[in-house]
Amino acid sequence: MARPQNNYLGVTSARKAVSATLVYLVLAAIALVFAAPLLWVVLASIDPGAQLSVAWPAHPSFDNFAAVLTVDTTLRPMANGLLMCGLSAILTMVVSVLAAYPLSRYQLRFNRPFLYIILFSTGLPVTAVMVPVYSLFVQLNLLDSLVGTAIFLSATQLPFSIWLTKGFMDGVPISLEEAAWVDGAGGLQALRSVVIPLMLPGMAVVAIFTFIMSWGNFFVPFILLLDPNKQPAAVSIFNFFSQQGQVQYGQLAAYSLLYSIPVVVLYIVVSRTLGGAFTLSGAVKG
Amino acid sequence: MAATQTVEVTPRHRTGHARPGSRGVLRWLGPMGPALLMLLLFVAGPILWCFYSAFTNTALTGTGAGNVQFVGLANFQRMLADPQLVPSIILTIVFVVGSAIVGQNLLGLLIATLMQNRGRVIRAIVGTVVLGAWVLPEIVAAFIWYAFLNPEGTLNMVFKGMGLPAQNWLYTTPMLAVILANIWRGTAFSMLVYSAALSEVPPEVQESAEVDGASVFQRFWYITLPLVRRQIMTNLMLITLQTLSVFTLIFAMTAGGPGTKSQTLPLLMYQQAFKFSDLAYGMAIAFVLLAVGGIFSAIYMRVLKPEI
Repeated sequence: MARPQNNYLGVTSARKAVSATLVYLVLAAIALVFAAPLLWVVLASIDPGAQLSVAWPAHPSFDNFAAVLTVDTTLRPMANGLLMCGLSAILTMVVSVLAAYPLSRYQLRFNRPFLYIILFSTGLPVTAVMVPVYSLFVQLNLLDSLVGTAIFLSATQLPFSIWLTKGFMDGVPISLEEAAWVDGAGGLQALRSVVIPLMLPGMAVVAIFTFIMSWGNFFVPFILLLDPNKQPAAVSIFNFFSQQGQVQYGQLAAYSLLYSIPVVVLYIVVSRTLGGAFTLSGAVKG
Repeated sequence: MAATQTVEVTPRHRTGHARPGSRGVLRWLGPMGPALLMLLLFVAGPILWCFYSAFTNTALTGTGAGNVQFVGLANFQRMLADPQLVPSIILTIVFVVGSAIVGQNLLGLLIATLMQNRGRVIRAIVGTVVLGAWVLPEIVAAFIWYAFLNPEGTLNMVFKGMGLPAQNWLYTTPMLAVILANIWRGTAFSMLVYSAALSEVPPEVQESAEVDGASVFQRFWYITLPLVRRQIMTNLMLITLQTLSVFTLIFAMTAGGPGTKSQTLPLLMYQQAFKFSDLAYGMAIAFVLLAVGGIFSAIYMRVLKPEI
């Protein structure tokens, strides 16, 4: 219990204790309200007879997981998602590093306007772009292409990723590169041998973040991938749920958890890497 | 472009070392090429295409499919006459104000404020639960809330337990249902922003105000809030833009229904463009969404300007 030591005159410790208790009660209530919907998905996944409300499983088992772990239901969609999101994560990371280098290292006339445009486009609603992108994909004959969809997902993540990557790169001192230049290395050579090794954690964050965003995206693959054999988990789980007459809620919950696990794990990895920026564990500086 | 040169945060000394092969345009166009190409083809291109197509009769099937013609403002005239459009715009505003500007923003601020200087355990518990809701994929959040608000769901179970009548929330109050779900899903972001902002407020200021006899609420209103004003602006912009384009959550929970009772602009756009194959009209709606997003984005840039 790290209490701030501000027991000043005029504020009795009794009143402090009452207000602290109140705060804890409110926080506990908030936690409970947030946890209630989550609880259902966890309990229903191990309950073969799961219904729509939270209930303790009478005969807990992993039958639900066994039922959905088939090639058509889970495995192929997961593999599709892995391919699509992995590709878009790697592509975004590489392209962002290349693009961030001139922005971070050279004084170019258009750097500032370009950064403004980048920042501006991070705010544009991707949902709205989907209608023209669909017709673009029709024109380019890219519908049902996992690679095409991955490249598009990459492009939508680029503005934010370039922004992020430039931030990480600005943290690498330029003096190290100057030493490399003196030794006769070119710009890209210096980038590869000096800058990148020093910002690998940052690049991993960009890649993982892109992966998380793509993995959780439903609308983009829903529009651009029509073939059930190409669809990632986000879309197949929706179809699984909406095209069945009699929904097996336990299976839906199990599938939801399976589909969520990768992003939860990756999120924990990122928050560990970035420390205080993404987590709340850091104690407040006193 | 503003002529004022804002000061660089970290003034880096870039000496013009003569580097091999670093002359002229190629120096930056080479490394930036792939990014520029992707952004032009998949972001800028479609937006411009959208701008153009909104004035044509392009469609997926029928006459507009093979023979695209310029129709001027016809799509926009149709939009103005569309009985679904104005309700859609109103629902979108209700959704953004209710779930982002009021819900996520205030709840995030409340949680961040209450968690300040509290024990590690309670912070870990609350933080984990709230973040958990945020980390889950959107479609999973939609399923969870579909189950939670169902006639047979947990909320009604609690209501029955308290002797209150059960309701089919998704049917009777669809907007409230999607707003609650979106608050649940998005509050973590505001909470993170405000936690970071509040930790920057120097405690001495608070303490001296406390000695002067300011109440908790006075201290919050007159000291804390003005100090985190900029973060509040930034956060409001970001969550507004995010919420403006929410599609999946509503689509999976209510599909815009019952009827059109929860059909926000993104859902109307989807219905027109992909369900009714009226691509041009969908583009016109997308154009409106992009314009609104663009305006908010521009305001957001003005707010952030000193940081570039």
